[in-house]
Amino acid sequence: MTAALGKALRAFGHFWWDFLIGDTPELAVATLVIVGLAYALHRAGVAAAILLPLLTAAFLLASAWRGRRAPGG
Amino acid sequence: MHTSSTLILVLAVFGASAVEMVEALTIVVAAGVSRGWRSALEGAAAAVVVLGLLVGVVGVPLIRYIPIDALRVVVGALLLVLGLGWLRKAILRASGHKAPHDEDAIYADTVGSLQVDGPRASGRDGVAFAVAFKGVFLEGTEVVLIVVSLGASQHRLGLAALTAAVAAVLVAGVGVIVSRQLSEVPENTIKTAVGIMLTSFGVFWVGEGAGVHWPGSDLAIPVLVGVFTAVTLGSSALLRTRRPFTAAEAT
Repeated sequence: MTAALGKALRAFGHFWWDFLIGDTPELAVATLVIVGLAYALHRAGVAAAILLPLLTAAFLLASAWRGRRAPGG
Repeated sequence: MHTSSTLILVLAVFGASAVEMVEALTIVVAAGVSRGWRSALEGAAAAVVVLGLLVGVVGVPLIRYIPIDALRVVVGALLLVLGLGWLRKAILRASGHKAPHDEDAIYADTVGSLQVDGPRASGRDGVAFAVAFKGVFLEGTEVVLIVVSLGASQHRLGLAALTAAVAAVLVAGVGVIVSRQLSEVPENTIKTAVGIMLTSFGVFWVGEGAGVHWPGSDLAIPVLVGVFTAVTLGSSALLRTRRPFTAAEAT
């Protein structure tokens, strides 16, 4: 019973680790930064509405750049 | 809630459910062909029931008991992680840095491993049941997350669940009619479109939950979809210029 529960908890933890972190930890960090920035800028008006998508786009491009294969690789 | 954001919700959930069910169908067909249809279909059906229960068990309490702003930030963050991951893969695939998803190859691999796994049992086959259940459950889990996230944040859980179910039934129906994996479905294109919509909703809900004022309110969502479409196309074009040389190109 305890062993089965432990196995289920490990599987549950493994699923969320894979889902949230996996092989792209930079996207998890990016998400935390975007959430933090949203709270920091929530009184900044239109600036927040422009900065949030721009920052998200920058994180996406940086992550894709990191994932590219080297020429000849 | 504007019609445009509801339409994007329906498109995102339908696309995500369809594309994940195409992947699940490949595994179910492989299990059915190599081990027997009865157990494979029972495994798939059992997984669908469990996934449906998950939507109710997780989604309904979220809507009822979590303050809406906190819920939107958490849901937005989940959508961002999921959407950015899908978009990253889509950009790498479109620019030649990652192999496209190939249902035929996955089908051949699964059939090969199931045939190595021993002879087909008479009557019910536990291996076929387990493989089909696992395939549908694992592919469906992301759909459940998308249904619960989008449905809860817009208080449209029923609509989101119904849309996902319609997509799953359509894919399963086509699969039954043709009795094979659906390798002609443009999975990479659909995943790119869904990734763009998930990322757009993610940024919108994180901002909305944190108190950011979006010009035009919900009308900002289609604008975000346009922005991330441009970013995805631009990033793919940029990375294509950095594509690794293939053996054919080198000669």
